[in-house]
Amino acid sequence: MAHLLENWQIGGFGLYVHWPFCQSKCPYCDFNSHVVASIDHDAWLNAYVAEIDRYAAETPDRILSSIYFGGGTPSLMAPATVGAIIKRAARHWTFANDIEITLEANPGSIEARNFAGYKAAGVNRISIGIQALNDTDLKRLGRLHSVDEAQRALSLAKALFDRVSFDLIYARQDQTLDAWRTELETALDYGPDHLSLYQLTIEPGTAFGARFDAGKLRGLPEEDLATDMYFMTQSTCETAGLPAYEVSNHAKPGQESQHNLIYWRSGDWVGIGPGAHGRLTLNDGRYATETALAPTIWLPAAASGRGESQRAALPRDEQVTELLLMGLRTVEGIDLRRLESQHGTTINFNKINELSSIDLVEVADHMLKATDKGRPVLNGILRELVPD
Amino acid sequence: MTDLKHIRNFSIVAHIDHGKSTLADRLIQETNTVSLRDMKEQMLDSMDIERERGITIKANTVRIEYKADDGETYILNLIDTPGHVDFAYEVSRSMRAVEGSLLVVDSTQGVEAQTLANVYQAIDADHEIVPILNKIDLPASDCDRVAEQIEDVIGIDASGAIQVSAKTGQGIHETLEAIVQHLPAPKGNADAPLKAMLVDSWYDSYLGVIVLIRVIDGKLKKGERIRMISTNAVYPVDRIGVFTPQMVPIDELGPGEIGFLTASIKQVRDTRVGDTITHEKKGTTDALPGFKPAQPVVFCGLFPVDAAEFEDLRDSIEKLALNDASFSYEMETSAALGFGFRCGFLGLLHLEVIRDRIEREYNIDLITTAPSVIYHIFMRDGTQFELHNPADMPDLSTVDHLEEPRIKATILVPDEYLGDVLKLCQDRRGIQLDLTYAGSRAMVVYDLPLNEVVFDFYDRLKSVTKGYASFDYQMLGYREDNLVKMSILVNDEPVDALSTMVHRDRAEMRGRAMVEKLKDLIPRHMFKIPIQAAIGGKVIARETLSALRKDVTAKCYGGDATRKKKLLEKQKAGKKKMRQFGKVDIPQEAFISALKMDD
Repeated sequence: MAHLLENWQIGGFGLYVHWPFCQSKCPYCDFNSHVVASIDHDAWLNAYVAEIDRYAAETPDRILSSIYFGGGTPSLMAPATVGAIIKRAARHWTFANDIEITLEANPGSIEARNFAGYKAAGVNRISIGIQALNDTDLKRLGRLHSVDEAQRALSLAKALFDRVSFDLIYARQDQTLDAWRTELETALDYGPDHLSLYQLTIEPGTAFGARFDAGKLRGLPEEDLATDMYFMTQSTCETAGLPAYEVSNHAKPGQESQHNLIYWRSGDWVGIGPGAHGRLTLNDGRYATETALAPTIWLPAAASGRGESQRAALPRDEQVTELLLMGLRTVEGIDLRRLESQHGTTINFNKINELSSIDLVEVADHMLKATDKGRPVLNGILRELVPD
Repeated sequence: MTDLKHIRNFSIVAHIDHGKSTLADRLIQETNTVSLRDMKEQMLDSMDIERERGITIKANTVRIEYKADDGETYILNLIDTPGHVDFAYEVSRSMRAVEGSLLVVDSTQGVEAQTLANVYQAIDADHEIVPILNKIDLPASDCDRVAEQIEDVIGIDASGAIQVSAKTGQGIHETLEAIVQHLPAPKGNADAPLKAMLVDSWYDSYLGVIVLIRVIDGKLKKGERIRMISTNAVYPVDRIGVFTPQMVPIDELGPGEIGFLTASIKQVRDTRVGDTITHEKKGTTDALPGFKPAQPVVFCGLFPVDAAEFEDLRDSIEKLALNDASFSYEMETSAALGFGFRCGFLGLLHLEVIRDRIEREYNIDLITTAPSVIYHIFMRDGTQFELHNPADMPDLSTVDHLEEPRIKATILVPDEYLGDVLKLCQDRRGIQLDLTYAGSRAMVVYDLPLNEVVFDFYDRLKSVTKGYASFDYQMLGYREDNLVKMSILVNDEPVDALSTMVHRDRAEMRGRAMVEKLKDLIPRHMFKIPIQAAIGGKVIARETLSALRKDVTAKCYGGDATRKKKLLEKQKAGKKKMRQFGKVDIPQEAFISALKMDD
């Protein structure tokens, strides 16, 4: 990719829209999601629009490389809302020629009905939360859909959209290496151009977390098995033509999620909706923005132009930390020249040499990257590399 | 000055948890020495650590005024002494300052090892002894059995034993009467030259060194000049007084009385416990026999976790040493741990107390290295020296032989646990000296190497006997044995702070246990780490800590960066709590935990 843009744009510029509502809460999910009886769609659109207007005033003349509707379950949004948000963004920012507009969808039949509407609204990429290709496990994961429904949603999505991705969770309760291999091969047979494959992580504050703490979440794979599953996942996807480009993300070359790459490349993005984070490089420095978590607080605040609950200047060392902890997740790694020119930091080469002597990182063409062996132990690498 | 006839001086001897401090509290309360408002539990234990652990470390004193049934008012001076074996020397010197003892035995449990150790000291000091059977309010109380046991095991008459519940107050009046009636009044001559015993001394930040004294002959008044006979140092007396237990000034102290003086003495080290205090002029020339100063027997290294806190550590150690003459220290440099101090203690409890005080009162995180004893090293060239630190052990080829300290350990245990206790002692290279029974309890006496005891013997004993065994020891002297230095190598680098002296026959077993322990204690790294135990150049045990295979956050998108950054900061802070050896981070607790034997 040729970057002819300004420094802050090296990572790109995106818009993240958080839709916080779900039909039900999944036991593994620690995202900001809420289940409510009814939603005032007009009021929500109004608030999103107000937020877009506010941020656009601070970031004039930028080229928007992506929009991402995340959640929650954004496939519960009315297509008209999605369309109006996209239009509003287009009024303020120049859309890149290849702008990527992704919407996260659940594979339930209700949501699939909206797919055509989303396409008409301008969405050009869909990411479906399938999670498992086994009905028992879907129930255990608290999902409301069946494998059948997932397949149908996928076929429909493939017929409508150029780019389709879906998510699976592995290292589930009682899952064997062979069972996961078979499931993954089935998934690849569906012909996605992008897959997000997450190792099940028990997060505090979730239903799984509480069950785990109480000793009632049985049959989780031991670390060695989970690690074997990770490596098998890498090689299976690679063979199928979807190599990893990030710890948990695999894509056909050219089909990587441009929006998510903004995060991993420490680009700029505007984050709107309850609990959305953003990063903005303005004339006087780089800022981290946050919004109120609770929908009932965010909605009126955003509507009246006060959608941001917090804006903190990111000191240089924190920028470097973010660049490392996000950038080393990718296969491409981070550009050491950018680190030096943009942040005035030279990295500790003793540490890099130490880590590269045990084959965990490598430096080639000014790019520092975690090796295939290093990426799964990235937390350990970061503990060494991140400045004190 | 109180008439000698109306003074009684006494101490209380008891095994830990038999209710000594509670009894002292009751005596103070019954005589209204402390108002109810100021009353708190374990009145005489002033340090937090004493209250928390329910133990007495420093001797404490209280003067009680008691109007007895005969209508006379008596002055009762109680010196409360530590019960733990580490502080046996405190007990012995306090005993010399009083004429009688209350022997407190828990009537639900009976005689224990520390009861024995302490009561023998009282007998040695020619005390009149009043047995007290405590905790009679508990259903398990069996006064007849315990009284019989006192007669059988200790050999004193227990027919007049007083039945007490220090908890409910039952028998407290009888105890006070027994003190007046059965304990002898002190002897002394008010007109003779001043002769006072220096019982104890400690540092007070407002008053300087406070000296606890027992007057034998003569009188001491405020403003007089005193001479310490052993050092010949002369001091003007600023204050004299008594403890109620608060410090209360009085005009003079006469024969038989116990009280304190302050005299602008700068350091506790300037006072010698057991010394004789007299007047500068016309003083006595007849010095008291004095006490042997306490000698440290257990040594370990104390290092700051954060090397930058070395000066703070020095400062805290110097301050603590001001008040504790039995605690020794010298600077130590470790290749692994940097700068620290090699410290000498009376025993493991003393070590823990000092370590806790440094961490708590001075807020310094410490790495404590393996406790060691003093070995006598005899070199081939005929020279000899004392080895305080295994890291300093010379090359074996230059050593002719070495000697280690042995102890005589007395253990009382219900006979159902006897087998486990014998096995434990045998495993620790013990030689059985005696085995007798008193009722259903066995008393075993073992000759044991101190180095097998200093570390975790007491913990193991408690665990194999479910806490029913009691233990006490005294030093026996030095004996030759086949001891070698075992080094530990982590990632092929020796960690000097983990070196220990072990018996050749047990080296392999100890080595294997240590490397296995370390394998669990050291977190996995991103590379595999060999952990080895070696004697000289020969590896005797080896484990490999495998490399970390997976440690990465599965999902990390725009909203996760902030949270992930905080997590990383927390992990980095955790890493700072560890010490780096070469490329390996070793958690501070590993230095002690690695040595614990699960035998």
